[in-house]
Amino acid sequence: MSHAALKFPTELKEIKYEVEDHARAFGLDFFQIIFEVLDYREINEVAAYSGFPYRYPHWRFGMEYDRLSKGHAYGLSKIYEMVINNDPCYAYLLKCNNLVDQKLVMAHVYAHCDFFKNNLYFAHTNRKMVDEMANHATRIQRYVDRYGTDKVEAFIDCCLSLENLIDCHWPCIRRREKEKPERNGPFNSAQASMPGNGSCSCEKGHDESSACSGSECRSRCSGCQGEEIEEGGFFSDDDDEPISPRRLRSKGYMEGYINPPEFLEARAKEMKTKRHEKKRFPENPEVDVLLFLIEHAPLKNWQRDVLSIIREETYYYLPQGQTKIMNEGWATYWHSRIMTEKVLKDGEVVDYADHHSGTVGGSKLQLNPYKLGLELFRDIEERWNKGRFGKEYEECEDLVTRDSWDLGLGLGRDKIFEVRRVYNDLTFIDTFLTEDFCRRQKLFVYGKEEKDPAWVIKSREFRDVKEMILGRLTNLGNPLIRVLDGNFENRGELLMAHHHEGRDLKWIFADETLVNLQRLWKRPVHLETKREGKRVRLSFDGKENEIKELD
Amino acid sequence: MYMSKRIDSDRARFKKIVRGAVRSGIRKYLSRGELIGRRGKDLVSIPLPELEIPRFRFGRANQGVGQGEGNPGDPVAIDPDAAGTGEAGSEPGEHILEVEMTIEELAEIMAEELALPNIEPRGKKNIAAEKDKYVGIAKTGPESLRHFKRTFRQALRRQIMSGTYDSKDPRVWPVKEDKRYRSWRTTFEPESNAVIIYMMDVSGSMGDTQKEIVRLTSFWIDTWLTSQYKGVERRFIIHDAAAREVDSETFFHTRESGGTRISSAYEVCLNLIREKFSPEDYNIYPFHFTDGDNFHDDDEKALKLLEELLPTANIFCYGQVDGAYGSGHFLKLLQEKAPDEEKVLSAEIKDKDGIYDALKAFLGTGR
Repeated sequence: MSHAALKFPTELKEIKYEVEDHARAFGLDFFQIIFEVLDYREINEVAAYSGFPYRYPHWRFGMEYDRLSKGHAYGLSKIYEMVINNDPCYAYLLKCNNLVDQKLVMAHVYAHCDFFKNNLYFAHTNRKMVDEMANHATRIQRYVDRYGTDKVEAFIDCCLSLENLIDCHWPCIRRREKEKPERNGPFNSAQASMPGNGSCSCEKGHDESSACSGSECRSRCSGCQGEEIEEGGFFSDDDDEPISPRRLRSKGYMEGYINPPEFLEARAKEMKTKRHEKKRFPENPEVDVLLFLIEHAPLKNWQRDVLSIIREETYYYLPQGQTKIMNEGWATYWHSRIMTEKVLKDGEVVDYADHHSGTVGGSKLQLNPYKLGLELFRDIEERWNKGRFGKEYEECEDLVTRDSWDLGLGLGRDKIFEVRRVYNDLTFIDTFLTEDFCRRQKLFVYGKEEKDPAWVIKSREFRDVKEMILGRLTNLGNPLIRVLDGNFENRGELLMAHHHEGRDLKWIFADETLVNLQRLWKRPVHLETKREGKRVRLSFDGKENEIKELD
Repeated sequence: MYMSKRIDSDRARFKKIVRGAVRSGIRKYLSRGELIGRRGKDLVSIPLPELEIPRFRFGRANQGVGQGEGNPGDPVAIDPDAAGTGEAGSEPGEHILEVEMTIEELAEIMAEELALPNIEPRGKKNIAAEKDKYVGIAKTGPESLRHFKRTFRQALRRQIMSGTYDSKDPRVWPVKEDKRYRSWRTTFEPESNAVIIYMMDVSGSMGDTQKEIVRLTSFWIDTWLTSQYKGVERRFIIHDAAAREVDSETFFHTRESGGTRISSAYEVCLNLIREKFSPEDYNIYPFHFTDGDNFHDDDEKALKLLEELLPTANIFCYGQVDGAYGSGHFLKLLQEKAPDEEKVLSAEIKDKDGIYDALKAFLGTGR
């Protein structure tokens, strides 16, 4: 504790208690928060590791540190504070902040922490992530010691390249019956003998030998197609019913002629293969590509472990990406209230105003999440205070009545707390970004013609604006890519598809990402997408990138 | 909880990767203009998009949501990327990854890749000059170096502290302990200055491609020589049938028509050396770029002037770019009849890929 005391002077401690009391009185509910004061170098370092003191060794942290230091040196950016979603919650303050800044930042941090603790989308996150990250670091360090920096780092690069291929609804939807804890179920054994399935030889074979080559898989596969299928109970779950080809109606003595047994047999066989083909692998398109790779790519044990670590960390960060606008809006809303209503002293007003306007100011070309979130929360509070919601209000077309609509409900406070509990950015915008709000905030859609150097305001239509914002938030702004077939062309190749919604992929990156994917999958990999309106398939077979038009 | 300095190893690792990436891309940089204009005083900014971890991402967006005044159709901002090539675009606010590197580092990588030996400045310029510099104050020293003001200040201080100072009778008596002397440090300053004299043919037959090659080559020559010498000066001479000294801007952007008289350039160069850069004080590096289509009646004069030029220079580099027309006979002439073979380094730079070999030929001698 004495160490912490050194890092957190009494002067600030008093402010902390004051801010904490006010935050609690306003109804915020947070983890214990431990503040530490760091100089700019230290805070840049913590920021490079995205808030965690122990992370696995990787060059990109060094790169990030360089970038932040440069930004700081040239006065382009300054990190006032960092806060980690953890219990207890750690927050870092910049040493050279003046006292008003520290007050504001602390109020901001308390609101963030309240959000972490109460927002539904954070419910699945590990609240001991500081420890977990340190464990990850130790594990990866051990692999580095054993296999060498270059090898492990190159593998991490591959994993990071695929990092955004996760299922952002995964924390909320159970897509599978169970996370397949038992591996001996009939379903699993069936899957284990599917071709292209890297982890085919169950647990014990996992080590180096589990890197099952394509040819091995194929031979096993051709075996599956024969008679063993029935004996092995291959289609155990929904394929129990016997296969019986349709018979034509006939009198008993004509039976042998109208429904010749040979024909029936051939037909039965045909149906059987059809049914087999229907059974795809994966059964449904898999959005969580990382999970699919962990389960099915021919990886070595340490590689599988590294990939799981990357996946776990990605899911930990997922809600922060999903609630950027809300989280920042919420924190800004509360620092503004705590400061202006409680903590701020007369002499500090100007400094506060300066800092606050810096936080919510922005450029014309980019929506500032702090600003947008703040205004939305304020708008919600006002609407629920005055009862400006529901059918009656929505249908009211008289502007004067609308403008002076006030039922005096006073539900605003409860509403914003409810909103911070159950919404994420996408649903938040979808539900609460109203036409009035859009007009008042002067939102617009801008665009640019190909050769024209100027960005031009395209539209101020509510529909266009909202559609555009929602589009950007969908799947965290990442293209939606799913695994369609882990045994494409029956050759153990991997087929993925990009659900194209109007925006093409960045081509150079797509090719390079495929290269990295192939390093994990070992067999050729394919991605179906659209390029300038035409369906194409990008492929990488281990040697060359290829592009093929499909129509 | 904060643990310090784990970042150091990750940074070192990053630096190493950058170095590796620059090194493996050096041939590309040598033959493309990417680094030109990215050089500051001490740092070069190198675009390394390949360091970015590739992901499946969306390409450039040509729409977005903004906030503020204005009517549909009003421009809100100018896209800085649009002015250049259409392809290299990125999203607003998204930039190509760039890393900074000192010129020394870049030169070092280039030297490793081209296997360049360090330059040994020749002659007397090799000797480092000894220079005394008064840099501080000491308590002991010869009386001749006594620092009057400091001594009295010290005495005053002592008197005030001990209470013997009387403001009514403000006399100050320095004693031995008060005395302060100037102290000096001897520094060795290698007097290896260098001057690079670029000469370029701007006659009608030198097109933009040829000029681009010269520009690139000179960038790398600059980088290398700057890392080797303390002070490097650069002079530029352009010539067609007549020659004159110009600034670097003019040098790279002038286009004139007319024939070629190489001798004119050598003459201006010689005068320059005589007037401003005595070979005693300078390492002199003349570089001459031309397509080699000299007037035949000028050849002899040019060679003669070169003969005069050579003793003053460390090396003389002749780069012949492929002209649109003509034979480029001067290269052959030079190779056959050059007065001092050791010093005359010639290279034929057919295209941008030839820069690599040219640099190797020019700078590979270590002189």
